[in-house]
Amino acid sequence: MSDSATGGGTTADMPVTDEKSRRDFLLISTASVGVVGTALACWPLIHAMNPAADTLALASTEVDLAPVQQGQSITVVWRGKPVFIRHRTADEIKTAEAVPMDKLIDPEADSKRVKKPQWLIMVGVCTHLGCIPLGQKPNDPHGEFGGWFCPCHGSHYDTSGRIRKGPAPRNLEIPTYQFVSDTLIRIG
Amino acid sequence: MAAKSYSNPIVKWIEYRLPIFSFLDHELNEYPTPKNLNYWWNFGSLAGIVLVIMILTGIVLAMSYTPHVDYAFESVERIMRDVNYGWLLRYIHMNGGSMFFIIVYIHLFRGMYYGSYKAPRELLWIIGVVILLAMMATAFMGYVLPWGQMSFWAATVITNLFSAVPLVGESIVTWLWGGFSVDNPTLNRFFSLHYLLPFVIFALVFVHLWALHVHKSNNPVGVDIKGPQDTIPFHPYYTIKDTFGLGVFMIFFMFFVFFAPNFFGEPDNYIKANPLVTPSHIVPEWYFLPYYAILRAITFDIWFVPAKLIGVVAMFGSILILLFLPWLDRSRVRSATFRPVYKQVFWVFVVDCFILGWVGANTPDAEFHGVKMLWIGQAATFYYFFHIVILIPLISVMETPKALPASISQAVTPGGKS
Amino acid sequence: MTGTRKRRALALAVAVALALAAGAAMAAEGSKPPEQKWSFDGLFGTYDRAAAQRGFLVYNTVCAACHGLSLVAYRNLAGVGFKEEEIKAIAAAKEVPDGPNDQGEMFARPGRPADRFARPFANDNAARAANNGALPPDLSLITKARKGGADYLYALLTGYKEPPTGMTMMEGMQYNAYFPGNQIAMLPPLAEGGVEYADGTKATVQQMAHDVSTFLTWAAEPEMEERKRMGVKVLLFLIVLTAMLYAMKRQIWTDVH
Repeated sequence: MSDSATGGGTTADMPVTDEKSRRDFLLISTASVGVVGTALACWPLIHAMNPAADTLALASTEVDLAPVQQGQSITVVWRGKPVFIRHRTADEIKTAEAVPMDKLIDPEADSKRVKKPQWLIMVGVCTHLGCIPLGQKPNDPHGEFGGWFCPCHGSHYDTSGRIRKGPAPRNLEIPTYQFVSDTLIRIG
Repeated sequence: MAAKSYSNPIVKWIEYRLPIFSFLDHELNEYPTPKNLNYWWNFGSLAGIVLVIMILTGIVLAMSYTPHVDYAFESVERIMRDVNYGWLLRYIHMNGGSMFFIIVYIHLFRGMYYGSYKAPRELLWIIGVVILLAMMATAFMGYVLPWGQMSFWAATVITNLFSAVPLVGESIVTWLWGGFSVDNPTLNRFFSLHYLLPFVIFALVFVHLWALHVHKSNNPVGVDIKGPQDTIPFHPYYTIKDTFGLGVFMIFFMFFVFFAPNFFGEPDNYIKANPLVTPSHIVPEWYFLPYYAILRAITFDIWFVPAKLIGVVAMFGSILILLFLPWLDRSRVRSATFRPVYKQVFWVFVVDCFILGWVGANTPDAEFHGVKMLWIGQAATFYYFFHIVILIPLISVMETPKALPASISQAVTPGGKS
Repeated sequence: MTGTRKRRALALAVAVALALAAGAAMAAEGSKPPEQKWSFDGLFGTYDRAAAQRGFLVYNTVCAACHGLSLVAYRNLAGVGFKEEEIKAIAAAKEVPDGPNDQGEMFARPGRPADRFARPFANDNAARAANNGALPPDLSLITKARKGGADYLYALLTGYKEPPTGMTMMEGMQYNAYFPGNQIAMLPPLAEGGVEYADGTKATVQQMAHDVSTFLTWAAEPEMEERKRMGVKVLLFLIVLTAMLYAMKRQIWTDVH
């Protein structure tokens, strides 16, 4: 890049290298300050596209579990997605715990998927291509493993929400949640 | 003209297929610019930069704005309160609009003073006036989008003006509204057009610069470029001068954004639009005030032509008349520096424009020290047209201009060498 | 040099125009509210947290019965220094509409921090019906929506007086020295001791007016402190950068001058 300042005839007294290095210093320092300023100015334009405060405020949802009977499932919305909450029966828990790891497409122990075994909480979105599996209502098909069945491409999930048969690659996702009390959870 | 050759192989590859590098070199780098330009010549590049700022902030704002009457006002407040840096983007966009007009008006007055509209730059000037009209349409529609009281009522008043058109006026208004009053269809289409027009302006600016580069810039002395001794390359001289000017402008601009963001605005626009309640004092944004004054100045019918129609014609006419300036001004001398009579009268015109703005801000029945605002407005409107249509041609023909320097070099070099 | 004369003439024209505009604008409105001292004035102003919290109490106790604050969310109260538990309690004390439930009905439930402030009336018509046809405005933006801002609000709240002799009041209207037209439908909202401040400050009318004006200014402009802080940094940066650019400009132009 040529520094195209034309020869300064009037500053003949000053050694050329001194003048040039002063010029360069000023150019480099000003340009750096300018570049930093421009980058800082671009940040608001980019950050404005990140989730806004009201979106973040809805990032966690509290759910009261008290009305959910044993053997009953409810669906709540969290971050725009359905979350399946099932109050599992003792049979369902036993079946889930008894499955050996080598029979699983995505091996994961039931105990790793729940905090309290009678409460199964998972994101109700099929890990194949995103449909919502059936199985929340008593009359719904539950697939061959007693859990959930995705009608779009035939994925079968068991009583722990793990993929057992079909194209889905992973078990139904467990969201971050915590028990605020015995009957109140906060998801997210 | 020597074709520049590049050493970098990637640059060479692109250059062979699309000569963008030599183009930029010629038009920005070596581009010969008069060596005597003063700071009044900074405002063109400033306008271009503000246009880019408006487009960038506008695009990100549009990601969070909802153009529906039930949601528009709240969506703007969501931007102010919840969107990260939303308040900053909104205030930059809002104040940027005012800045854009300050810059463009100064740019325009520069052109009038130094005769930049004269041959061979008539088309450059005309494109500029078209850009101004597009800016006004954009700003008008943009102001409607927050759907405040002023947004709604300014839209109602200005769209109603078109009913003055004989025969088809009412149909035009219904067509503009998409209904029987300013309502959701109007808001939605204003959003669409407000998003579109800045890109039309961008294209017009490109044509404006193209026209400029044919005959190069005018200069304070108004004497043509005679040779390379009159010019200096645009880079680095004017790139640094424009960047410095940009710095000064940004200080001015950012002061308003951060410390007086509502200075140019109206408190009434922070009230959600209510079609059943008219604000006590409908006032457009400051950059429209002079035209508003001209519109309201015509209160009398002429023959069979109703006052309302004359007012509308006068209002648009006040901008359209500028298109004829290159032909109304018959002086052989460009720059007012050498036109002793025109120079004084120019400042009278500037003051008249300020007076028109002040009149536009007041209610029509207000008085100033016992003098009716209406009369002041009418006098100022009369003078505006009198100045452009009568004074400028008369002065240009009758005035004896001062002797011009032989060249730019001669004008700026103390020794007077050409 | 003619340049200086030009500049002076232009400056004079601008000054004259601005002075005229300012004078004319003042004449058109009602009497100007007296200027108060606010903690948020000036380039370095901040919101007095204690005053804003007291102001919230005034709003919640006195104003919220008729005036909504629907653009503010309960979680925003963290901006005036309330803690998470306090905010949850404030929100839960009010009911917000929700639904439809599985039966298809809309229902009311206790507020949560993410909710916006509960509206006192379901809609404008209900508000008018409850207030003799007058519509109590939402206060979320009131200090930005009125000329004079917080000064005007304070003047209004403390401006209730006996009407001057000879003036007939319309039915149901009160005299207020600062409300445009001087006749306001709202009864004087503040009375001495109307609110009990937790920090022991005496709840005079002036104190409550001052506190609620501070709170409502915050409600209209919660970003103000960040805006001014950023503004100081941005302007300092720009001044430094512009000075450097000027030095560069002078240097590059030495051979031309």
